[in-house]
Amino acid sequence: MSKPRKQIHLAAHFPGVNNTTVWSDPRSGSHIEFGSFVRLAQTAERAKFDFFFLAEGLRLREQAGRIYDLDVVGRPDTFTVLAALAAVTDRLGLAGTINSTFNEPYEVARQFASLDHLSGGRAAWNVVTSWDAFTGENFRRGGFLAEQDRYSRATQFLQAATELFDSWPESRIPADPDRGLFVEDPRIGSFSHRDAHFDIAGRFTVPRGPQGRPVILQAGDSDGGREFAARTADAIFSRHGTLEAGQAFYSDVKRRLPAYGRTPEQLLVLPAATFALGDTDADAQEKAAVIRRQQISGQTALRLLEQLWNRDLSGYDPDGPLPEVDPDLGDAHIARGRASVRMHRDPLATAREWRERATAGNLSIRDLIIEVSGRQTFIGTAATVADRIDDLVQRDAADGFILVPHVTPDGLDEFADTVVPLLQERGVFRTEYTGETLREHLGLSVPAVSGAAR
Amino acid sequence: MSAAVPLHLAVALDGAGWHPAAWRAPHARPAELFRPGYWVDLVREAERGLLDLVTIEDSLGPQSSRRDGHDDRTDQVRGRLDAVLVAARVAPLTRHIGLVPTATVTHTEPFHISKAIATLDYVSNGRAGWRAQVSGRPDEAAHFGRRTIPPFRIDDLDTPEVQDLLGELFDEAADHIEVVRRLWDSWEDDAEIRDAATGRFIDRDKLHYIDFKGPKFSVKGPSITPRPPQGQPPVSALAHGGIAYRLGARGADIVYVTPSDAAHGAEIVREIRAEQAVAGRAGETVHVFADLVVFLGDTPAAARDRKARLDDLAGAAFASDATVFTGTPQGLADLLVEWRGAGLTGFRLRPGTLPDDLEAITRALVPELQERGAFRRGYEATTLRGLLGLPRPANRYATGSDDEQAP
Repeated sequence: MSKPRKQIHLAAHFPGVNNTTVWSDPRSGSHIEFGSFVRLAQTAERAKFDFFFLAEGLRLREQAGRIYDLDVVGRPDTFTVLAALAAVTDRLGLAGTINSTFNEPYEVARQFASLDHLSGGRAAWNVVTSWDAFTGENFRRGGFLAEQDRYSRATQFLQAATELFDSWPESRIPADPDRGLFVEDPRIGSFSHRDAHFDIAGRFTVPRGPQGRPVILQAGDSDGGREFAARTADAIFSRHGTLEAGQAFYSDVKRRLPAYGRTPEQLLVLPAATFALGDTDADAQEKAAVIRRQQISGQTALRLLEQLWNRDLSGYDPDGPLPEVDPDLGDAHIARGRASVRMHRDPLATAREWRERATAGNLSIRDLIIEVSGRQTFIGTAATVADRIDDLVQRDAADGFILVPHVTPDGLDEFADTVVPLLQERGVFRTEYTGETLREHLGLSVPAVSGAAR
Repeated sequence: MSAAVPLHLAVALDGAGWHPAAWRAPHARPAELFRPGYWVDLVREAERGLLDLVTIEDSLGPQSSRRDGHDDRTDQVRGRLDAVLVAARVAPLTRHIGLVPTATVTHTEPFHISKAIATLDYVSNGRAGWRAQVSGRPDEAAHFGRRTIPPFRIDDLDTPEVQDLLGELFDEAADHIEVVRRLWDSWEDDAEIRDAATGRFIDRDKLHYIDFKGPKFSVKGPSITPRPPQGQPPVSALAHGGIAYRLGARGADIVYVTPSDAAHGAEIVREIRAEQAVAGRAGETVHVFADLVVFLGDTPAAARDRKARLDDLAGAAFASDATVFTGTPQGLADLLVEWRGAGLTGFRLRPGTLPDDLEAITRALVPELQERGAFRRGYEATTLRGLLGLPRPANRYATGSDDEQAP
């Protein structure tokens, strides 16, 4: 192959509130104390990762009318943790999910612009949307958004935020005591944005940060989500980490870019992935199987099955066969506060398919859930995993990966110590940071001030 | 009150200092106001002086010399970073001092503020506080586009329309603070159980819906963030009169006030104590700190000259809502000790210039107060509540488990 070898991007996800995180492992530390965040972030920085990533939740999940208690519950405020991490790291990008539905552009733009200054240009925003009244019950505006409006609000939200980021070019702060000129332009920070969702105007309070704008990340697999990413995002989180699905997703989103005047390298594809490492491939397979059994206890299997069946299945034996009854197609859903529930678009068809799989493989409920809930995982020796990651990136199934350790906070150590050096030896991953900002790590330029704000 | 009761000391950080020309003073660092190192240096200096806390000013719109909108001035500091994030950025690099960012209640979500301050408490190991600020500015409302706040003049303050508007804003603020506090309590301290035997990470009976319903908003809860280390980080508010004193007495742990002299201070303290009793909080500690803007010098003349030079640069004599002190650190110590007799429990000093007046506070005023036995010689507690003499509060939702069954 004459094509130059692509450089791999890597990020570390702080494990959170889902069954991937094995809190019962004796090595599992606090999910809320700051020391855990420092530990994972410093490991990621030692390994020269592009960024640290923190997800967000705005309402505790419920199932069958009660707070879901089997997974890790509770997390800190995204902005506050990232700003504090900026004090104990130097180069690592600091990415956080912030919902565009239960926030306002002025406030979020201010917080991200502040974070970019306070971190010396390392801020990234994972823009997510929500619409459900369940989460809305924690907010002034309530559940006011129709589901079909969530991307239009997100698009306008991001547009408004971009205008705010651009409203105050930093070059316009001479701060010259002799001339008595702190700002050059008396109307600095002026903005005005009106559309179907927002009617806002006034003055912004934060000059452009070192990155111009924070790096924009986006997750979402629907057509609307892919289009939103193609138009506005610098990187997209995906679920498709296998070769074929990855390549299909990769070419699909990159194909959408020219319509927005963008080139393929302006949108990175970063699937999430877990990993299990061992001294031999067989050893790693064994470890992975143990981890999967830890992630899917009998109870967890029943609760996850309930999410498709939309029924109370607590009377069933997780080591027994699937329920004979069909999923309940009623409007009220047994699980609330989970984005994944919406993925079961056709529960009857999915249930039929699961039954067939269970019968064919003689699988219990727990066995089946272990199979169907599996996500992209790198399993093997460090050499096997380094090979696999490199191969997927070189063959355009991804530009890199967001690694989700299953233990907090030291679950990244082994990867950092064994896989990263191998990638470095191959010349596909940095051995030192060459830039200061996250945009520089990702090969993204500082965006020009947009027309609307000029 | 006996001289043995030490006073509490806070410093209010804002831009290059509180004088509008402070950024032009010789030691000012105006080009660094948006850089983290500037804030780290200031807060570390305050910590060297053993101060209880720093507040960090903020607003949801740029500074202005007018209260009804932008002034289009280019000769003063405009713009600032989000105060909660500044406090978080400083937290891991300091160890003892309380960090009290300002966050506006009028346009923000109590759910977000509750978890942000709780998280500041986690990242600072129990040193977070919050200054809750009401915004009555029409321009800030326009930044959110959800409500309009009509412009009003200070001269019209006593008209029924303005009083109604303020009443509404302050009632909403009281609800906001109440929601934030309930969310802090929405997790019992021992809710996380990690019970491998039953597979339960939390005991969900120790998480509570707050079910708040008010005229402006309702919030279900519980918080997504577990109860912070202090249980309830101290809440503070600046108050200039009756309606704001009531808010402070109802919801705050510290009220910053602006007396003109000791007698006025005593009057304000009486008023706040009365409101506190009305609110059913007579038995609780509510600190009343007097705000003072300070310009300090080795001699009274040096301090006056320094302020006069800044006034010249600004083109007007400096005026403030708070009393302006110009003089020596010894003179300021005299004043603080005298005012303390009015029942004020501490002071929030607003440095006229940064870092000069901050350094005068930490390096000259503090030793002076220590000499007089009026200020600590070392940090005696690791949390902000501890420094303020506030006990860690019980959780209002606590289900009364084992540890409360003492005979």
